[in-house]
Amino acid sequence: MTRTFASLRHWRRDDRPGSFAHGIHPPEHKELTAHRPIERMPFVDALVLPLSQHIGAPSRAVVTVGDRVERGQLVAEPGGYVSVALHAPATGTIAAIERRLHPNGQLMDAIVLHVDSWATQRVLAADPVDPATLTEDQLVERIQRAGLVGLGGAAFPSHVKVKVPEGKRVRAVVINGAECEPYLTCDHRVMVERAAEVIRGTLILMDNVGARRAYIGVELNKPDAIAALERVAPPGVEVLGLPVKYPQGAEKHLIKAIFDREIPRGGLPIDLELVVNNVGTMAALADLFDRGQPLIERVITVSGPAIRHPKNLLVPIGTSLSAVIAHCGGLLPTVKQVVLGGPMMGQAQKSLDVPVLKGTSGVLCLDRVEITARREHPCIRCGRCVEACPMFLNPARLSRLVRYERAADLVASNLRACIECGSCSFVCPSGIPVVQYMRMGKAMVRAAEKAAS
Amino acid sequence: MTEKGPELVVSSPPFVRSGLSTPHVMREVILCALLVVAGAVWTFGIGALLTVAAATAGAVFAEWLATRGRKPSPLTDWSAALTGILLGLTLPPTMPLWMAFLGGAVGIGLGKSIWGGLGQNLFNPALVGRAFLQAAFPTAITTWAPPVNGAIWTVWQSQLALPFMRGEVDVMSGATPLGAMKFQAQPTGLEDLFLGNVSGSLGETSAALLLAIGLWMAVRRLYDWRLPLATLLSVALLSGLLHLANPAWPGPLFELLSGGLLFAAVFMVTDPVTSPTTPRGAWIFGAGVGALVVLIRTFGGLPEGVMYAILLMNALVPHIERFTQPKPFGAR
Repeated sequence: MTRTFASLRHWRRDDRPGSFAHGIHPPEHKELTAHRPIERMPFVDALVLPLSQHIGAPSRAVVTVGDRVERGQLVAEPGGYVSVALHAPATGTIAAIERRLHPNGQLMDAIVLHVDSWATQRVLAADPVDPATLTEDQLVERIQRAGLVGLGGAAFPSHVKVKVPEGKRVRAVVINGAECEPYLTCDHRVMVERAAEVIRGTLILMDNVGARRAYIGVELNKPDAIAALERVAPPGVEVLGLPVKYPQGAEKHLIKAIFDREIPRGGLPIDLELVVNNVGTMAALADLFDRGQPLIERVITVSGPAIRHPKNLLVPIGTSLSAVIAHCGGLLPTVKQVVLGGPMMGQAQKSLDVPVLKGTSGVLCLDRVEITARREHPCIRCGRCVEACPMFLNPARLSRLVRYERAADLVASNLRACIECGSCSFVCPSGIPVVQYMRMGKAMVRAAEKAAS
Repeated sequence: MTEKGPELVVSSPPFVRSGLSTPHVMREVILCALLVVAGAVWTFGIGALLTVAAATAGAVFAEWLATRGRKPSPLTDWSAALTGILLGLTLPPTMPLWMAFLGGAVGIGLGKSIWGGLGQNLFNPALVGRAFLQAAFPTAITTWAPPVNGAIWTVWQSQLALPFMRGEVDVMSGATPLGAMKFQAQPTGLEDLFLGNVSGSLGETSAALLLAIGLWMAVRRLYDWRLPLATLLSVALLSGLLHLANPAWPGPLFELLSGGLLFAAVFMVTDPVTSPTTPRGAWIFGAGVGALVVLIRTFGGLPEGVMYAILLMNALVPHIERFTQPKPFGAR
C-alpha cells in the first residue's frame, strides 16, 4: 500500500527530479537578444552611484566633492557587515554627493561622478591576487571591499554567502544559470561568451566554502550556453539542463529541481548544505581575483517591443537609463512602460533619469500595460493561482484576507512564504494584481507585529 | 538629461500576463452551452430556444437591476447571461416562458446579487433559480414532453401561457428515464440515453453531446477537470456497489447517462465560484456531489437528485476549503 502511494506521489505532473511542481510558462521573448553578442557601452558624461544598491546597510562615501578618482578606485566603503563597497566605474571628478532619484522611486543619497572624456579608462587600481594565497577571512573581506553582490537581481552581498556560518558546512555549490525571466538574456550571453570565467569563479567559490562539487543549472532553452560551459567544466563541476519553466531561477526551486529536496520553510540553502550563486556573479568573482577589477560594470539586456535595437550591453554602473536607451536607438513611439529587471519581478520606472544599478539585469521597453484597474474583474475563485503558485500557497484566499485586513490569518496562511514571483498575477483571468495584494499583506503583518511589540 | 521623456505608466509587476480574461472564459463557456441549446432544439423543438431565451432575459434583467449605474457594467462580464442559459437548460421543454423568466431573475437576485455579485455567492445561481421554480411550480417543472427529434419547429402551447394563468394543456406527458425507473421499474435502453432519444430537461438528454462538449471544455481548460471527473467516478463507484448489493437498483452506466448528471457535471459542478479553489477540495466536492446524487436517486422520494446534491455540497465548500489548503513549499 505504501508503495502504491509513494509511486502515485511521483506520478504527479512536473513533480519529478529535474523540475518542480506548479509554476507557469510565460512567453519567453528571448529571441530578440539571445544571439546578440555583448556590446560594450561607451562612457557617458556623468554617472550616478546610489549608496544603497544592494540588500543591507548603504555604503559610506569616502570621497568629497571635487576629488579626482580613477576607474576602479574605492568611493564608498561598506556601511556594515551586510553591506559592500562602491567603486568609481570611470576616471573622473566627484561632482556632487546628493539625493538622486533611485529606481525604487525614492530620492536617495548618491555620488555623482563626472567622467573625464580624455582618460584612458584602464583600471589602474587593478591588483590581481591568487585566491589560494588568502585565508578565508581575507578572501571574504576582499570580496566585500570589491563591492561584489549577486547579479541575478536581488543584489545580496556576495561575501555573506561565501562565508560559511559557524557550525555549518557546504556540500555543493549551485550556480544559477536558469534565467527564467522572459526577455532577459544577459546571463545567457555571459555563459556563452565568458564560460571560462564562470567556471573559474565557481572553482574559487568551491575552494573557499570547502565544496567538492558544483552544479550549474541552465534552462534547456539555452543549449549553446550549456555546450559552452560543458566544454570548459572540469570534473566535479556538472552542467545540468533544466526544463523551461518559471520560476526555475528562484533558488528554492532550482534546488528542488536539481536535488529533489525542499528548503524547509523559512530556511536558507545552507540548511541543505548548499550555497546558490548567479552565473554573472561567478564571472565577476573571477574578474576580481584574476584581473583585480572590482564590480564597476555589468551586463544588462535592453529589450522589449518598444526599443529600436534590442541589445546585450556591458554597462558601467551608474549609467542613466536614458543613455542606455539612446545607445539602443531610442524608444519607439508605442512605448507604454519601461521596466528595470525582468517582466515578472521588475520595477516600472516613471523617469528615465535613473541609473543602472549593480542588481539591474535588464531594461525592458514595453508597448502595453497588462494589469490595470480598468480591466480588473472580481475573483471568480477559479483556482488558477492556486495551481500556479510555486510556493503552494492559496493566493486567492490570501488576497481576500488582505482585503479584510486580517493580519493574524495572513500569517497563519503562510503569507510570509510568498516569494513574489508573480505567477498568480500572470494566470489570473480577472486581472487582479495578486502580487500587489501579497506585498500589501506583508506590510500589514509588519505593522501589526510592530503594534503588538 | 532634463529633456522631457515619454509619458510612462508605473504599475506593479508582473508586466506580462497569460492573456486569459474572465469575460473571455465566460463567453467560451456560453458558446459550449449554446451547442447544448442546439441539441435541445433538435430534440425538443424551437421552443427550447424560447425557454433558454426567457431564462436568460430574466437573469440579465435582474443583474441589470442590481448593478445599474455601476461602471463598467458587470453585464459585460457575461456571467449573468451564462447563468440564465444554464438555468434554461435545466427546465423541461413545456415550461411556461414566464416561469423561466422568473426563475432567471430569482436565480440572479437571490442566488448572486444579494451575496454581493460575481464571485461572492455560496450557491450556484442557476440552481437557486431552479430550486425556486421547483418549490413554486412543482407541476410545471415535472411535466415532461417526449422528444420530437428533428421536428424543430415544435413549440408547446403550455410554454406560451400567460403569467398565473392555466395554459392550454397539449402535453403528452412522458416520463423521464429516471422517473420510469423509479416509479415503474422500467429501464430505458442505453442507446436511447446516449443519443438523447428520451424525455427530460432541455440540456440533459444526449449523453454523447454532453461528453463531447465536456471533453472539449476540459481540453480548453475552461474548468477544473477534477470536478466533473470526481463527480462521475463517485457516481459510478457508488451505484456500482449498490447494483452489486441489489441488482434491482440501476447500474453505473444507467446512472451516468440518465437525468441531469452529465449536464451538471460539465456545467454546474464546474462553476468556479461555488466549488473549492483547492485541488484536493475539488476531488472531495465532486465525490460528495456524486455520492449524494446516487443516494437521493436510490433512496430519496425524487427520481432525480442532482440539483439538491450540488446545492448541499455548495454549502460545504467553505468547510472543505478549510481543511484542504495546500501545504506550503518546504513544509511537506
